[in-house]
Amino acid sequence: MLRLEPRAQPSMAMSLASPLIALALTAVIAALLFVALGKDPVRGLSMFFFEPLNGLRPVTEVLLKATPLVLCALGLAVCYRSNVWNIGAEGQLLLGAIAGGGMALWLAESGFIGPRGAYAPLVLAAGVLGGMLWAGLTALLRDRFNASEILVSLMLVYVAQQLLNYLVFGPWKDPRGFNFPQTPTFDASTWLLPIARGMRLHWGAVVALVAIVVFWIFLFRSWRGYQLQVGGLAPAAARYAGFSSRQALWTALLISGGMAGLAGAMEAAGPLRQLTPHVSTGYGFTAIIVAFVGRLHPLGILLAGILLSMLLIGGELAQSRIGLPNALTGVFQGLLLFLLLACDTLIAHRVRWQGRRALSGRTVQ
Amino acid sequence: MLRLELENISKQYPAVKANDRVSLRVQPGEIHAVLGENGAGKSTLMKIIYGAVRPDEGTMRFNGQPVQVASPAAARALGISMVYQHFSLFDTLTAAENVWLGLDRSQSLAEVSRRIGEVASVYGLDVDPQRPVHTLSVGERQRVEIVRALLTNPQLLILDEPTSVLTPQAVDRLFVTLRQLAAGGCSILYISHKLDEIRALCHHCTVLRGGRVTGEVDPTQETNASLSRLMIGAEPPPLQHRPAAPGEVALEVRGLTLASDTPFGTALDDISLQLRRGEIVGIAGVSGNGQQELMAALSGEDVRADADAVRLFGAPVGRAGPRARREQGLHFVPEERLGRGAVPTMSLAHNTLLTRGEALGRAGWLRTGAMRAQAAALIERFKVKAGGPQAPARSLSGGNLQKFIVGREIDARPRVLVVSQPTWGVDVGAASQIRAELLALRDAGCAVLVVSEELEELFELSDRLHVIARGRLSPSVPVAQATVEQIGLWMSGLWDAGPAATETAAAAP
Repeated sequence: MLRLEPRAQPSMAMSLASPLIALALTAVIAALLFVALGKDPVRGLSMFFFEPLNGLRPVTEVLLKATPLVLCALGLAVCYRSNVWNIGAEGQLLLGAIAGGGMALWLAESGFIGPRGAYAPLVLAAGVLGGMLWAGLTALLRDRFNASEILVSLMLVYVAQQLLNYLVFGPWKDPRGFNFPQTPTFDASTWLLPIARGMRLHWGAVVALVAIVVFWIFLFRSWRGYQLQVGGLAPAAARYAGFSSRQALWTALLISGGMAGLAGAMEAAGPLRQLTPHVSTGYGFTAIIVAFVGRLHPLGILLAGILLSMLLIGGELAQSRIGLPNALTGVFQGLLLFLLLACDTLIAHRVRWQGRRALSGRTVQ
Repeated sequence: MLRLELENISKQYPAVKANDRVSLRVQPGEIHAVLGENGAGKSTLMKIIYGAVRPDEGTMRFNGQPVQVASPAAARALGISMVYQHFSLFDTLTAAENVWLGLDRSQSLAEVSRRIGEVASVYGLDVDPQRPVHTLSVGERQRVEIVRALLTNPQLLILDEPTSVLTPQAVDRLFVTLRQLAAGGCSILYISHKLDEIRALCHHCTVLRGGRVTGEVDPTQETNASLSRLMIGAEPPPLQHRPAAPGEVALEVRGLTLASDTPFGTALDDISLQLRRGEIVGIAGVSGNGQQELMAALSGEDVRADADAVRLFGAPVGRAGPRARREQGLHFVPEERLGRGAVPTMSLAHNTLLTRGEALGRAGWLRTGAMRAQAAALIERFKVKAGGPQAPARSLSGGNLQKFIVGREIDARPRVLVVSQPTWGVDVGAASQIRAELLALRDAGCAVLVVSEELEELFELSDRLHVIARGRLSPSVPVAQATVEQIGLWMSGLWDAGPAATETAAAAP
């Protein structure tokens, strides 16, 4: 009889091993799924775990998709560590894309034409502000009316998507775009340039790497980051110490909104160079998984961002090469998070084998 | 034939052996004390008897029959009842409805109400079955719990620290009831760490220390000192209490009236007090009478008061937050250690930062080295048993964490220190160390305000005493002139009504 028993101390080793166990279990279940679908499981798994890393080009594609995931997840990690449950990074990312795209279009229209990439910082800054604005709405409603930030941030995702749809189907639609719902291509002076010629990977990836370092410092070496986490871990201790919970709410939401907005503006000014209704492929939601699989730690988020990006690309490869439905990506993401949460039980508990005799001795504490 | 006999009961938890070959023999009609410090294994042993925890080894016999109690329901069927330290009553239901909930379904509510009346009159436990529980005083609530336990006709009644929430007068009434019960043949297991009570009430006493039985004595033949030796292995050194030399007024509260901001909280009603440098002022009272609310208003966690209502060295601080008050020299030790006084999962080093700014560098940079050194110094100075500055707060025992938190505030050289329940749940050794530190702080010129439910502690520490009851604060009385009886009376809120006192008035509204 297997039995769960509380550990005296949470296991540090298990805290690190839990994501790996969850990943291994995900792979096993994935293999079973492939068999059930009549595909070769080894080939199926290689689409997700080998092909995305096979060569320079696939690797840059993985990093390209990992960039918005990491940026969003860093901000979310600050939120979750502060006990602020922002699950609307997707909406904040869309607003960032709208604001960044709007800035790019406005610059061109107003005659600000410069060298390639010269105005990219302005576009990104607009994106950050757009994301902060959207997250700020959530903070305002929570602060003033005590509305649940979980529901508000989630519902604002759909508002943001409708706003984007309105703009690209309406006022911002490219007059020469054959009536497709898309804006004109941005001027080259507002592009976020690729790191090397012929590559889609842009300088945003470097920004993301820098952000990882900055967030590590913020979380573990700064007074403000400390205050936020005290508020998240023990609200009464934060009140006792005199740390303002309102300030924590606003700080956490504005940081994560700004990061998501930055990611959105990078998508618009980087690989897309125009706005369409499909700016994001759910990066803001996937980033929630990235944040948790990465243990809300900046370095973990880097690894988890790469992993989830591989799953995204693997899903596309599996679709085009061996004819598996792309929905598999979503299934794997869900499995991974689900199994991770299950494995996390082992951090505070251990499994013990117990004989029949003790079966009736279920203890109550 | 023995009513209850335990033989070599052991229970191992992951980190600690809670019971190690414990044996216990209870005669019919005997009031049997189980004495021990917090963490000595009393609660685990009682849970084993009551069927809430399974022992790893050992046998239990009830009325001579070997039994294995699988659950509390099975225990009640055998004739064992338990009254927990923390009441489990529904506030919105009446006393009768609460009792009814715990019984089997075969009886009607009217029948239960009638039986409550019977039991109550036999044992002098006057309880109005029709009153909603939230209107009852703490003592009355306990009576409801006891009546509930008695309706199952127990042969063995277990009481876990029953007096921790009672006024002295209510304790006396409880003892009358218990003696009457025992005279009727019911055995009583009385769990406590209060030596005086055990000596006054119990026929027999089993002492536990570190999960083992360290003595079986007749408490009426023992002294507090001898019992204390059995319980902790040594006597705590007596406190050196020199007369106070009060100086200027440090903290002044004037006409503080504050509505409660939670539904079951207590409103503060026109509270005034003065605290001078170089004295310790104690606030006695049954918990839930406004202590929490007063502490929050003093610490700055609650800033709804008028600025003028709270003055620190003459400056109005009623609306200043905890950090602003700390900067002016007011430090506070809250009663909850984990989650308020310290962040459970954070290291001791990080927990110093809650109230101490020494390790903060320029531009909000944390100097981790300085932080660790500071925590290490606190651990050393206040003899905290911990795995080092990196040990998470929750890995410490209650007493050691309390030493760390009290130490953290004392080490800040406060000009005013407000302490809530300084030794609650702390073992005797740590408690006497903390009290000695508080006295030393007073002698160094600090103004100290102590809120405690332990009268003994307040009499030992304080120079003057106030009593808080139903959100009102009594005038102060010098400890030298105060008696336990008078303070007990005041705990019912009757400091201006004269001697016509009954305990029922000690209600938490």
